[in-house]
Amino acid sequence: MHFDFSEDQRRLQDELRRMLGAISTPAEVRRVLEGTACHSAASWRALADIGALGLALPEALGGAGMGRLELCLLAEEAGRALAAVPLLGTTYLAAELLLHAASPALQAQYLPRIAAGTAILTAAIDQHGQHAGPTPAPLLAAHTLTAQLDAVADGMLAEAIIVLAGDALVLVDLAGPGVQRCPRASLDPTRPLAQIACTAAPAQVLCPAGGRAIAARISDGAAVLLAFEQVGGAEKALYAARDHALERRAFGRVIGGFQAVRHKLADIYIAVELARAHAYYGAWALATNAPELPRAAAAARVAATDAYTLAAEESLHLHGGIGFTWEMDCHLHLRRARWLGQILGTRHYWEERLAAALIAEAGQEEAA
Amino acid sequence: MDFNDTPAEAAFRRQVRAWLDTHAHPRRSREDAFGAGLDPAAYLAAARAWQAGKAAAGYAAITWPQAMGGRGGTPAQQAIYDEEEARFLVPGHVFEVSLGTALPTVAMWGTPAQKQRHIAPALRGEQIWCQLFSEPAAGSDIGNLRMRARREGDGWILSGQKVWTSGAHFADFGVLLARTDPDRPKTRGLTMFLLDMRAPGVEVRPIRQASDEAHFNEVFLTDVWIPDSDRLGPEGEGWKVMLGTLMQERFSLGRNFAGDLHAELIGLARTAQWGGRPAIEDARVRAGIAHTWLSQFGVELIVRRGASAISRGQSPGPEMAAIKLVGARAFQTGGALAIELGGAEGLIAAADLGPRWAHPQRLWLAAPGARIAGGTDEIQKNTIAERVLGLPGEIRTDRDVPFRQLEG
Repeated sequence: MHFDFSEDQRRLQDELRRMLGAISTPAEVRRVLEGTACHSAASWRALADIGALGLALPEALGGAGMGRLELCLLAEEAGRALAAVPLLGTTYLAAELLLHAASPALQAQYLPRIAAGTAILTAAIDQHGQHAGPTPAPLLAAHTLTAQLDAVADGMLAEAIIVLAGDALVLVDLAGPGVQRCPRASLDPTRPLAQIACTAAPAQVLCPAGGRAIAARISDGAAVLLAFEQVGGAEKALYAARDHALERRAFGRVIGGFQAVRHKLADIYIAVELARAHAYYGAWALATNAPELPRAAAAARVAATDAYTLAAEESLHLHGGIGFTWEMDCHLHLRRARWLGQILGTRHYWEERLAAALIAEAGQEEAA
Repeated sequence: MDFNDTPAEAAFRRQVRAWLDTHAHPRRSREDAFGAGLDPAAYLAAARAWQAGKAAAGYAAITWPQAMGGRGGTPAQQAIYDEEEARFLVPGHVFEVSLGTALPTVAMWGTPAQKQRHIAPALRGEQIWCQLFSEPAAGSDIGNLRMRARREGDGWILSGQKVWTSGAHFADFGVLLARTDPDRPKTRGLTMFLLDMRAPGVEVRPIRQASDEAHFNEVFLTDVWIPDSDRLGPEGEGWKVMLGTLMQERFSLGRNFAGDLHAELIGLARTAQWGGRPAIEDARVRAGIAHTWLSQFGVELIVRRGASAISRGQSPGPEMAAIKLVGARAFQTGGALAIELGGAEGLIAAADLGPRWAHPQRLWLAAPGARIAGGTDEIQKNTIAERVLGLPGEIRTDRDVPFRQLEG
């Protein structure tokens, strides 16, 4: 048994952390926050240049031929650096869907460019059915898609979208006919959202049937990867608060000496460690394609959402009034924690998915 | 990253299974516990015999060096043994202090003669140990202890009271912390001793706990003579000796906070009725099941990370401090949910309601103790704040004051 990342993987993580620390600076993230850019092109470029965007893609398709474990570490560091990059749509969802469901021709069309950082894609593979109002299901007819998609991550940047329509997975060129899209103001402006309307838009069918099962598998994988982003962000927010508590003085001493502050920081640390343990387990399940993946992914997602929410809310609080200003980064974590926590199903969805998996498993044990 | 046995580990697992198959009976159900109907003396005799058998087969202290009577094995092997043994009906809760904390401390600080006298016999179950640190005025603030040890010839005379001593009512020996120099500040005038629990002047009184069990005791010492050859470590260094013990305790108890309470909740919720439907269909019940598993399996995963670190020759990380906080809280909330499942009928004790309810009820009743014993929740958080996060310590006005001036 070896329940940890290898030394080679840790070295890769260190390199990613150094690189993102230097490029995805608060000033760079704020360019996206203030609306002068849709994403941090410099961070995306730098990730492509060191091969990070093709970590889990085969070498024949321009990737590095490594695995999902390396992808998890990329996600953790992206989260730590608050990177404003379209990893979710492109890397966690579209690239994985293409790998699992697309023809060699379609893979060759997109994956090498994804690895090179020149293609951004996204996906709408709704697993959770959580919407702000009644929403018609995507409809596939005669190789055309009609769908009303909202809150699509990276939707304005993407050149194509993969959609689950019934039990089929299809790819729509977003520059093609029948597609209208517009930006939607996002509660986390560093992670923009779009509304996409397809009216009989030409669609390439990745798989006519069996799409739901593939989408569920990819959604579980994305949940694990998002959990790593959340853990990275949560740890960053925790240590920002710790550093502030060591510096800020009140009543004659640094506030980190007061038990109310110390215990709050300890509570955040515990939540982050619990999330980290479950995220590692999710990474193992994802990398080995273990039958435990649905349960492990759901657990990682719930624990990481709880940890980042707590860390972001309490880190801002521990900063006091200054933490509630635009110029401090506390609200970047607050916004990012909320965005990451519900862009792919809320914690309630994943908690129910975890419960269902545990109950089904207990049923099998009893039958056995 | 993997959870699989290596070929060598798989071979070890087969060997353990074969040995357990010939020496113990498998558990028939979740509620099956060793020793139903045995009186305390018979249970203790069975526990000693089981420990002797384990020692003879080389399973008593798998990770200890062979020179100390252990197997010289790996933490992974210990984990394999524990996993396999959990499927069998065997006595428990007797040697935890001996093997988990007391003997490792003797091994770390003992003289050759002390090690010779205690370690191998304890591994064989011939000695049961307890640890005597806490006192009525020294709980979280253990440095405030008042038990005095005065020099007398080639030994020491001890008087005072210890409390919350697990297993003192059946222990043969104890590691005991006493004050040898009240003119030095509180943590600096302490010395560790090995106490023979049958020495004249030692009186053990069981404490009836809030859970109506009696695992803990008060221990009164009245002019008990301890030879200087039973002093453990240097005079005045008792605080340092104790810190080593507490580190051991945190990791060795970690696994006790894992478990599969969620599976018991699922079983109970399938038959319990809420609003005319099985409670298992209720979203709040399902959320509680998920939360209980998140905590308990999270503890298990943190322990596995620690074991992986040890097998690479590193120390388990500071994340170990989170184990008891997460695990004990899961006993409390998960146990309460189990009881709630039955509505008013959930208030009927398991003796009348049925054996399926026994374990969750016991966990719920034991949880408040688990949140206090071995360092309260608050002390654990202080440890994380100081050792992990590097925050300054509490203001301590008594730290440099001679203890004599603090008394009274």
